[in-house]
Amino acid sequence: MNITKKEYKTIAKKHEGTSKLYITLPKTFLIGGFICCIGQFFINLYSYLGLDIEKSGIMTTVTLVFLSALLTGLGLYERIAKHAGAGTLVPVTGFANAVVSPAMEFKSEGLILGTAAKMFVIAGPVIVYGILAAFIYGIIYYITGLFM
Amino acid sequence: MDILLEYLKAFLVGGILCVIGQLLIDITKLTPARILVSFVVAGVILGALDIYEPVIDFAGAGATVPLTGFGNMLAKGMREAIDKDGFIGIFTGGFSACAAGVCAAIVFGFLVSIIFKKTDRTLQE
Repeated sequence: MNITKKEYKTIAKKHEGTSKLYITLPKTFLIGGFICCIGQFFINLYSYLGLDIEKSGIMTTVTLVFLSALLTGLGLYERIAKHAGAGTLVPVTGFANAVVSPAMEFKSEGLILGTAAKMFVIAGPVIVYGILAAFIYGIIYYITGLFM
Repeated sequence: MDILLEYLKAFLVGGILCVIGQLLIDITKLTPARILVSFVVAGVILGALDIYEPVIDFAGAGATVPLTGFGNMLAKGMREAIDKDGFIGIFTGGFSACAAGVCAAIVFGFLVSIIFKKTDRTLQE
């Protein structure tokens, strides 16, 4: 078939989107919501074990990161992610997956420039912009605090 | 009944936040990495404006588990550090707030990548 690049793009676009959204969005919602319920379970568990609300939140994050790392290692997280889209990306488990996955993939390039460096391919930007945003807020908060 | 409602609220709010992420991917063609960055920064802004804390009071893990909760934690940690240590807090607040999550990701990530072999495709930029 003889088509220009532009024609190809419009044809490709017609076939990719639209119908997919009806399927992906409910799946995203269900899986994302389910991961948050697992989080809620751990918050309640750690509170029950006697941690205060802040500490049980921190322990829940640590637990979810651990579970996500393990599932990523076993190759299971990607399998769920295929269906869940942002449902497995937006929760903190997605952050952990973004750390572990490239670390594993680039293991062959060595422990320093492979595993350790690639760990932060996606997590790095998240930390950089998170810290920058918090820093800017910190400056504003500090300065307004001086005058109030 | 109360506990069921708690899970329902976590499920709904968490699910909605993920759907927002998915819509951003589908409509704006943002890459997953950009979604993660946007959610954390959005969380910092919402946390700074004191908008996010009420959402956490309502939804619990539905608001803390998504990365906007991570961002909110950064803002909250920053505020607490400045209240406690003044100017130095601007430099310590961010990292001390996210210390546990980032440390866990590094340690477990390292261990897992040492133990397991890659079998599947990765999250692509």
